[in-house]
Amino acid sequence: MEFFRIKGTLPIMKYALWFNVISFVTFAIAVGALAYKGLNFGIDFKGGTVAELRFAKPAEIDKVRVAVESLKTGEAFVQNFGTAQDVLVRLPIVQNVSNAQTSENLFAAICGPSRPKNEAKTSCGEGAEKVELKRVEFVGPQVGKELFESGALALLLVIAGIMAYLAVRFEWRFAVAAIIANVHDVIIILGLFAIFGWEFNLPVLAACLAVLGYSVNESVVIADRVRENFRKMRKASVDEVIDNAITSTMSRTIITHGSTQIMVLGMLLFGGETLHYFALALTIGICFGIYSSVLVMAPLVRWLGVSRENLVKPEGAPKDPLEAEKILP
Amino acid sequence: MNRYPLWKYLIMIVAVVLGLLYTAPNLFPQVPAVQVSTNKAAIKLDNALMGRVESSLRDAGIPVSYSALDATGVHVRFAGGDTETQIRAKDALLKTLNNGVADGTGPYIIALTNESTTPKWMQSMNALPMFLGLDLRGGVHFLMQVDMKGALDRAAERNAADIRGNLREKKISYNGLDRAGDTIAVRFSDAAEREKAAKELQTSSPDLLLREDGSGTDLRLVVTLKDAAKQKLADSAIEQNQKVLNNRINGLGLTEPIIQRQGSDRIVIQVPGASDPARLKDVIGRTGTLELRAVEGHAGKNAASVDAAKNGNVPFGQELLSDRSGEQILVKKSYIITGERITGAEPAFDGQSNQPIVRVTTDGQGARALRDYTSQNVKERMAIVLIEKGKAEVITAPTIQSELGANFQISGNMTTRETSDIALLIRSGSIAAPMEIIEERTVGPSLGAENIERGFNSVKWGFVALALFIIVYYMIMGLISALALAVNLLLLIAILSMLQATLTLPGIAAIALTLGMAIDANVLINERIREELRAGAKPQEAISLGFEHAWATILDSNITTLIAGIALFAFGTGPVKGFAVVHCLGILTSMFSAVFFSRGIVNLVYGAKKKLEKISIGTVWRPDDVLTKPAVSTGVPSTVETK
Repeated sequence: MEFFRIKGTLPIMKYALWFNVISFVTFAIAVGALAYKGLNFGIDFKGGTVAELRFAKPAEIDKVRVAVESLKTGEAFVQNFGTAQDVLVRLPIVQNVSNAQTSENLFAAICGPSRPKNEAKTSCGEGAEKVELKRVEFVGPQVGKELFESGALALLLVIAGIMAYLAVRFEWRFAVAAIIANVHDVIIILGLFAIFGWEFNLPVLAACLAVLGYSVNESVVIADRVRENFRKMRKASVDEVIDNAITSTMSRTIITHGSTQIMVLGMLLFGGETLHYFALALTIGICFGIYSSVLVMAPLVRWLGVSRENLVKPEGAPKDPLEAEKILP
Repeated sequence: MNRYPLWKYLIMIVAVVLGLLYTAPNLFPQVPAVQVSTNKAAIKLDNALMGRVESSLRDAGIPVSYSALDATGVHVRFAGGDTETQIRAKDALLKTLNNGVADGTGPYIIALTNESTTPKWMQSMNALPMFLGLDLRGGVHFLMQVDMKGALDRAAERNAADIRGNLREKKISYNGLDRAGDTIAVRFSDAAEREKAAKELQTSSPDLLLREDGSGTDLRLVVTLKDAAKQKLADSAIEQNQKVLNNRINGLGLTEPIIQRQGSDRIVIQVPGASDPARLKDVIGRTGTLELRAVEGHAGKNAASVDAAKNGNVPFGQELLSDRSGEQILVKKSYIITGERITGAEPAFDGQSNQPIVRVTTDGQGARALRDYTSQNVKERMAIVLIEKGKAEVITAPTIQSELGANFQISGNMTTRETSDIALLIRSGSIAAPMEIIEERTVGPSLGAENIERGFNSVKWGFVALALFIIVYYMIMGLISALALAVNLLLLIAILSMLQATLTLPGIAAIALTLGMAIDANVLINERIREELRAGAKPQEAISLGFEHAWATILDSNITTLIAGIALFAFGTGPVKGFAVVHCLGILTSMFSAVFFSRGIVNLVYGAKKKLEKISIGTVWRPDDVLTKPAVSTGVPSTVETK
């Protein structure tokens, strides 16, 4: 089987400007959504309480909502997830109530007087009336702030680390182009999370960082090929060299991303609530990863090269003769 | 050219054998068990104890299927293997070994555990299953913030009392003493007296930092703690808090609790599989200070003023508090003694009435204060008040039956569970600095089991679909790639088990994601081989060049992924850290399996055939007219000419 029967070379660089315009527009929309709507931060970053409840029969969301509102915690969310029996309740940080107390009050309010709690306070009621407290998480405001800060720091460190590595291994132009292309992916993930109001939690942050590392793979593969082509295609123009590099790695790019997506699809289908947004973030990242490394990163390299060197010394030319030996394992 | 020397094949075999050996323990099921241990130095864990354990279980009619003695205690498993038998066994052992005392003051700790049924010979090679994180087995995670300012303030309060006593004893005259936070100011009107006081205080307590302030007749000596002493105080406060938490949680007989210090002022508590999270929270959450106070009014005394207080008219120096049953009583704001004077509290049974009681012991100073007060107030009530985050709650308000001393008991209509809880709470007065729960994650056991299934299914179906696709697309080479991927999974789980890493749901997600990304290396190699074939290379040559050319790319792309993984590990917390560990290890194992291992199999399959006509790698499509010269792989590095 062979999916990609590309005759000749795809003239990607010819339309480079258009791709740049498209990515600029999507990027702007994402940034706009982030600025206008903002991310729906989960309790990991915002602090607050989350409780996951399972009702023996389909839950009456309205009743649960009334019970939750009786606590007067302010902004509270009650929603179904997965099945009709599963209910997720989110509460903000409540001033003047001990942290430990909030979840207990919540469970007591939902159970009400008609359902006696078991001794361990993990379920209440019997038979069809049974309510089970499956998960409770509380994150204090200061922990949330720290998690947020360390997450942001991790993001910066990843960007700096990858740029440094690419600058040493290839050239600064590749480093800059690759990082712009990949940060663009992450911004689009964040933008979509903002637009749809999906919950942004710790696993999603992990997914963003994984995407950053992953889509740099693409840029590396193409950069590798560009460098190789510069050595071999002596008479070709820079555009031709880049077009050829993209065309010859196209098949591998799609197959690899498809393969990764198969695994991610497994998580999306079977992973349940906890992994849902994680897998979703990865899916977006994988789809845009293909686009960005092929259609954003390459034109950017070209553009950076043109403006700087005016095509006198094309990027990626072998800088040291040892390069050839490094290729061999 | 496509032959491995023998030692390389041996490495492959060794890797697979080790991988199987260390992965295997994860396949043996975990069964409920009971562990009997002790935290008392005088008690020996020996065969006699094991005999007692076995015989008491026999008497209770619980069939024991396995029992063993090691350094950590006696371990018993049961024929039925269900949690119900496990709890029955624990209760039976509590009765015979600890006389029914269930709060950790008994001689033995009887804990519910889950033990792996991994065979002995595997265990002896350290082949043990991975730990399951709280999100997979259910349990409770708490992060406690120790209030260091509170500890310093309290130390200052103690110091102020010491300074008063000291100056009085040495007959040094001073005008008064004020404390604000952790700073004490002693006022003098005479410089010579201040001099004397400074000298005296410096010799009697070298930890104090003294500074002179004020002028004229308003002279002050400002007393604070030296930085080193503050540090020591903070360290010992957190240590003591940790110890107290340890005793309390161990007392509950829970499965393998983890109580660790995190950073300078935090304590992490993790209890996997806690069946009773509410009680645990109750016990560790009660971390305030304890005070014994006089009761001024209740339903049977001064009822009128209680009613008045309910309407907001609280007498001066008193406050209206409710006890755990909801009864409201008026208590004095000043205390008779504080929890620091209490050295012990344990549940017990009254010798005569056989009622559950709490036995309390105090130190000398506490005993004196108690005797002074109680001798005057027999038949009055006294409240045991717990103050937490500024809020006071009456734990119990017993009636004083006689003059109390260093040892007294609290009796009344209590169940054994109540007495053990009250004893625990009274002991909590010995905590050195107030604490607060700043993070809590509780996962019920049913959700844990669901999460395991979800994670397992994600990996299983993802892997099957991926393997099928890759085999269909690349034929035999695809099969080899799928095999390499399976080896990757095997090695990854083996290394995680060897490191005794904790597997969490994000960790399982990382396994799935890593497998999805690891296939990249094989896709790169296979695409390269196809390309070489397309360019007209001979099969053997194509294999060799394909692997060689793909290697540089694989290395580069894996290193960039590794950078992201390391940053995640460095800055991640909890579940993200678990994700990062698996991710990084997976990248390393994938380099081995995708390049070294798959090359080995390719060599084994194709390498020996001198005149190889065809590689089974799916369709190698050749365009009829090649417009650009394809990447010919025999190129020599040279400078590039440009237009």
